[in-house]
Amino acid sequence: MINAVYELQSPRMFDVTYKELNIDDGSVLIRPVFLSICKADQRYYQGMRSADVLREKLPMALIHECVGKVILDKTGTFKTGEIVVPVPTIPEENDDVVSENYLRSSKFCSSGHDGFLRDYIIMTPDRLIRIPDEISLEVASFTELVSVSTHAVSRFEKSAHKRRDVIGVWGDGNVGFITALVLRYMYPDSKIYIFGTVEEKLSYFSFADETYNVDRLPDDISVDHAFECVGGYGSQPAINQIIDIINPEGSIALMGVSENNVALNTRMILEKGIRLFGSSRSSADDFQKAVDLMSEHKELVRYFEYLVDGIVTVNSIVDLHKAFDVDFKRNFGKTVLKWEI
Amino acid sequence: MIFAVIMAGGSGSRMGNSETPKQFMMLGTKPIIVHTVEKFFVNSKFEKIIVMSPKTWVSHTKNMIEKNIGKTDRIVVVEGGSTRNETLMNSLKYIEENYGLDDEKYVITHDAVRPFITHRIIEENIEAVQLYGACDTVVPATDTIVESKDGAVISNIPKRPEMYQGQTPQSFKAKKLKDIYESLTEKEKDELTDACGIFVKKNEPVRLVRGEVFNIKITYPYDLKVAKALLEEETDD
Repeated sequence: MINAVYELQSPRMFDVTYKELNIDDGSVLIRPVFLSICKADQRYYQGMRSADVLREKLPMALIHECVGKVILDKTGTFKTGEIVVPVPTIPEENDDVVSENYLRSSKFCSSGHDGFLRDYIIMTPDRLIRIPDEISLEVASFTELVSVSTHAVSRFEKSAHKRRDVIGVWGDGNVGFITALVLRYMYPDSKIYIFGTVEEKLSYFSFADETYNVDRLPDDISVDHAFECVGGYGSQPAINQIIDIINPEGSIALMGVSENNVALNTRMILEKGIRLFGSSRSSADDFQKAVDLMSEHKELVRYFEYLVDGIVTVNSIVDLHKAFDVDFKRNFGKTVLKWEI
Repeated sequence: MIFAVIMAGGSGSRMGNSETPKQFMMLGTKPIIVHTVEKFFVNSKFEKIIVMSPKTWVSHTKNMIEKNIGKTDRIVVVEGGSTRNETLMNSLKYIEENYGLDDEKYVITHDAVRPFITHRIIEENIEAVQLYGACDTVVPATDTIVESKDGAVISNIPKRPEMYQGQTPQSFKAKKLKDIYESLTEKEKDELTDACGIFVKKNEPVRLVRGEVFNIKITYPYDLKVAKALLEEETDD
């Protein structure tokens, strides 16, 4: 079959290309229903990556957050019409120690490999996660983002010491919101503090025990552990502030992407015996954990529904530009694409 | 109940470059007709995909499909007629004999040699035919259309913004299509080579569905070159 693939040719320029798609006996064919724009997609679209990166990665289909419908399954794993989320990480090898999302050999859809802006997506069944009815399709479209949080929290669980009276989340954007919610439901006895810069955005975190403006912190504040969900130029002041107020031997999860090197107060990292660990992307297991968590806590799905701020029906490439423009102007929430192209 | 009718043309009876119908030409790793049929096959809204083939090529078409898509009872190859309209009527006859013909049967008819059809075009045809009874897939004309009745001088230049180029699918309520066709005189049947034209002739509305410029018909060697250029060598898996 000839598949239409909607590629970003250069910043702000989409074009449709055609690629042959071979439906072999080990594959499942899905049709995207809703997709969601991630900051990483927006950086490619706006040309906010280095010229070298753009030259190397483009042309490429964007978007790695998607929910779709099974239309043909040669493996007999899924029924036609079942709702599934595709995992954008495609491992090329098995490793008993290193998670598939950290293997340098793994492919990632929408970074060096085509994302999900396509007529049809072909996957092996192990890369598809069933979505139960209680999760709305709009929320399911950004399961990948939720799985990034469940992945970071799973890593935290494995390595952080057990005193978890106060967990701090730095960042009042989407990743901070989702990570804080995942922590809220996974550690109901812990106090969750949010640290941000925009009062309006901080007010959305009504489920948290406290919210703080990073410029006006009380003198006696401290946290046992912290999740940094800031990224960009804000990474450096955020991580250094965490280092200042975290209790000794606390763990810091670094989740924000920065294009630049970040200078850290290593003296205090040493003195306090702080553990910093990086967390990026997620594995198929993390997707399943995210779906299980949402199935178990219905109100979590309601909170995630707050994030769906704009649904753009995409019927043509013009609509695709409209969706990215709408998303670029948004300072909170997710832009969801209804895929009718 | 919705049926896809894939219109495979060609009347040659020998294998070889000049006689082989275009739908059997290779595009990428598969014959063109296989790419086209697969697009309909993966859409579960279709009860059956009826592939209309010239008599000589029925077995070959069956083999091609079975070899590339596998054994399935959702695809059937049926012998066509001597004209496009007769072929279309044969497909309706197949539906009538196997399912009965009533107002709830719809046909989405498509050229076998238009493999670049998209999911959206198929879905919008299904939606439009169920709402309006008939639809045609078109793209706005980019060249000025010039009419000449004698082939020597211009008799009329229609307004370009009102002109569209017809593609396929063309979709119809099956029973209505049969009834209208049978009401035509033999002379009208000879003159009307386009199924939508039959509806228009009888003042029946035909809704427009937006096609795509790349939904090209592979008719000439030039078209095959364009199709090969459109199809990137990289596979999507």
